[in-house]
Amino acid sequence: MTPTDIALLAAEENKNPLLPAAPDLVWGGICFVILLLLFWKYALPRLQQVLDERTANIEKKLEQAERERAEAQALLEQYREQLAEARQEAARIRAEAQSERQAIIEEARAEAQAAAQQVTERAHAQLQADAQQAKAELSREIGRIAVELAEKIVGQALSDGQATRATVEQFLAELESQAGSAEAGRR
Amino acid sequence: MIAAGEGGFHAPTIDEFFPEGVLFEGTIFELNRIRLVMIVMTIVVGGFFWLAFRKPQVVPRGLQNVGEVAIDFVKFQIVDEVIGKEGRRFLPYLTTLFFLILAFNIAGIIPPLQIAGTSVIALPMLLAICTWVLFNYTGIKEQGLGHYLKVNLFPSGLPKVMYVLVTPIEFASTFILRPVTLTLRLLGNMMAGHMVLLLFFAGTSYLLFDAGALLKPIGLLSFGMGFAFTAFEILVAVLQAYIFTLLTAVYLAGAMSAEH
Repeated sequence: MTPTDIALLAAEENKNPLLPAAPDLVWGGICFVILLLLFWKYALPRLQQVLDERTANIEKKLEQAERERAEAQALLEQYREQLAEARQEAARIRAEAQSERQAIIEEARAEAQAAAQQVTERAHAQLQADAQQAKAELSREIGRIAVELAEKIVGQALSDGQATRATVEQFLAELESQAGSAEAGRR
Repeated sequence: MIAAGEGGFHAPTIDEFFPEGVLFEGTIFELNRIRLVMIVMTIVVGGFFWLAFRKPQVVPRGLQNVGEVAIDFVKFQIVDEVIGKEGRRFLPYLTTLFFLILAFNIAGIIPPLQIAGTSVIALPMLLAICTWVLFNYTGIKEQGLGHYLKVNLFPSGLPKVMYVLVTPIEFASTFILRPVTLTLRLLGNMMAGHMVLLLFFAGTSYLLFDAGALLKPIGLLSFGMGFAFTAFEILVAVLQAYIFTLLTAVYLAGAMSAEH
């Protein structure tokens, strides 16, 4: 059945809705072909292109995000390391300072003790020297006083100077030994 | 169009689908109301998709969004769902089918078009033949003629004697009834829908303006029914477009896989 036959059939008086009219086929076919070409050659390729671009875009963004995340992670690790290092450093410095302080205190104490010692020793020496001097003076004084006293007591009788001196020496020695035992008793 | 007149109520007839020519009368380019509706709807659909993808953006806006959603429906709900990813090469045909049928169907309720381009047999038949040619061509190309016929006409696992019965049935169902049912399902739905709407609205007009006062409330009822069926026709329009496209996809899927 050619389209002309169909058209002739459709044009006849008995209208059969199951027989297509040729112009319907023609116009329907034109509409169909237009839309088919529009979708096939225009809309769908353009859509596909956009979708591909979108996919590429999203992939790029994801990659970038991943890269940035890794970078941030590395940076964080680095910061953490640095922080830990800094903490260790601080602890070390603190410990050092602690020990240094201890050392300084020890040193100062030792110095102070040494100084005190020195002062004490100097005072001792001074004292000893003073005592020595005092003793010497005293013994000289005592000798003189004793002689004086003895001269006064004995009078001018003592002509034998040698014997007198011996007596005085003996007296002085006794005095000295008495003083020494007294000193020993004091200690 | 409205058959009600002075002389009482005239029910709509089959003449509805054979409107008079208005241009190029007597040639194969003769234009009438239905063919004008076809052209208008083609311009609407074509214009929409042309605008939607004129300057496609990676980040879609406006019409492009709508166009993408529309095409995604066919792509994901029909092609991927029924055929799978390898069915994407039929996407141009299937989107054309869906939107062409949908637009032609929906014209049935859009004033002042008010008749579906699919309510005359030419377009449903044309599309059914295209589907028939396409799925057979695909089957023969994918499986080879012998295997394709064997799978479709001599389903395996049956006793030999059964083929006497099964083969003619399979032949009729696959190669004859498929395009016929595609055509008639769509045509019947759209013709019937048009007739029902016409009946109710012609009835409303007659009952409200020509019949006696007592019948006027029934005119309102008739109008309500017409309104309800108009809403129903929207559903039918979408559903029939979907079914036609879906069945085409199913036939293509069957032709592509060796066993069905």
